[in-house]
Amino acid sequence: MDIYLPIAEVSLDVFLLLGLGAGVGFLSGVFGVGGGFLLTPLLIFIGVPPAIAVASSANQLVGASLSGVIAHWRRGNVDFKMGFILLIGGIAGSVLGVWLFTWLKRLGQIELTISVCYVLLLGTLGFLMGIESVRALLRQRRPGGLRRKLHQHNWMHGLPLKTRFRKSKLYISALLPIGLGLGVGILSAVLGVGGGFLLVPAMIYTLGMPTQVVPGTSLLQIIFVAASVTFLQAYTNRTVDAVLTIVLLLGGVLGAQFGTRFGTRLRGEQLRFLLALLVLAVAAKLAYDLTVRPPSLFVITTEQT
Amino acid sequence: MSRQYRLALVIVSALGLAGGSARADGVIADLSSHLVAITSGFTGASVVLFGATEGGGDVIAVVRGPEHEMTVWRKGKVAGIWVNAESVTFANVPTFYTVAASRPIDEILAPGPAALYRIGTANLKLQAKQPATPETAARFNEALIATQQREGLFAADAGKISFLGGRLFRATIAFPANVPTGTYIVEVFLVRDRDVVSGQTTPLVVSKVGMDAAVSDFATRQSAAYGAIAVLTALVAGWLASLPFRGV
Repeated sequence: MDIYLPIAEVSLDVFLLLGLGAGVGFLSGVFGVGGGFLLTPLLIFIGVPPAIAVASSANQLVGASLSGVIAHWRRGNVDFKMGFILLIGGIAGSVLGVWLFTWLKRLGQIELTISVCYVLLLGTLGFLMGIESVRALLRQRRPGGLRRKLHQHNWMHGLPLKTRFRKSKLYISALLPIGLGLGVGILSAVLGVGGGFLLVPAMIYTLGMPTQVVPGTSLLQIIFVAASVTFLQAYTNRTVDAVLTIVLLLGGVLGAQFGTRFGTRLRGEQLRFLLALLVLAVAAKLAYDLTVRPPSLFVITTEQT
Repeated sequence: MSRQYRLALVIVSALGLAGGSARADGVIADLSSHLVAITSGFTGASVVLFGATEGGGDVIAVVRGPEHEMTVWRKGKVAGIWVNAESVTFANVPTFYTVAASRPIDEILAPGPAALYRIGTANLKLQAKQPATPETAARFNEALIATQQREGLFAADAGKISFLGGRLFRATIAFPANVPTGTYIVEVFLVRDRDVVSGQTTPLVVSKVGMDAAVSDFATRQSAAYGAIAVLTALVAGWLASLPFRGV
């Protein structure tokens, strides 16, 4: 059964969209990531115009990350102070990102930028995750294992505006989370991702936050950044398709429920390895599409008047 | 719309009026529906054009969508990947264009009047906005037409108008699922001795209806409120989604 998406102006199979939402929701339930980094490229594959895929994914993320934060907050795993400081950078980044998006759209290069960024990000991420999970799998066979140093001092600890984060047991410069938020905000606007897959490792390895408060805090800031991106995209570029978002969220709700239950039964390293393969496959498909000669050398863009 | 073309339309209407009043050399036509409604399950639609001629002759019908500014990009290979390299913007491109005729157009109409009344994709007279060289503009013009044809928005071949008896005619105009919205013009020309002798124009509206129309209308006119509501809807959905987890 086809459903007509009023902003994207295409008809797509409603069950395909529900399935996509469910699949991404399932992954986010299993891995604790927002899933935007997979949702946007997959929407592009099935024929949603890239600009609309990006903005509508951001809208979907608002809902998906709110339910995530509520779940983490009940377990007391959200550092609100850290979240709001990240947010200052995040909001600034999303404004900058939407502006960049509009500019690239006018230059006719937005679709290329989206694809290239995805290839680079997913390629790197998939590769790193793959290596990490293989190492972890190998490490299990040896007893004992390696012990990592908990905390290292470097140039980052010399920055001004030192702030205490009680929940994260940290005393670091506020500039670090602001900068991190800024980068993620830009990515969120241009690529329609929450940035959780970048924010989570950065919070653990760069800021040195305790692992259990990371997902909740990262999701907290993603809600606000995604909300700001959705609003700005709707206002400036008119690329948010509410019908698409609702269908994706419906699927996502179901998928996340199953994902959370399933996730507790599987081993982490095996899951991460599977996710790495999936991410690499998406990156490879996007890279292939960029290099293969397009069926038509000409594309048309219509000015909306 | 060029001056010449506007003049041609005036002539056509005058001819039509003259034909109507004299009740001799005329064409009269109408559509089975003046509205193509795009709903949630829209997969394309067709409208029947029907009419009658007075005193013999052939009939050509042109369906033209609203005109927009369109940019044609040519992809080029840069560092191994395909990027949008060159572009030409055309000011007055109809978003939809299709022709139907009772016999092959080049057999029944001379090139002069075909160009004047802009019958056939070769006679669209698209105006390039940038100072592009004539060769480049022509190349991009051709590419635009080819791309629109592939999308099903420009007809590659003229459709068939069939006569029932000597005077009554009918044709089916098909609109694909991706038909652009707006006010269309259906022009019907009566052709005799390789020239247009009479004509009539009828409007046709392609519009989103129901919830889709409301959503897209709201998104365009009240984009700030639409953005805010989109965020709120997602928040409510997210909150609802978190409810079943309670107690688990």
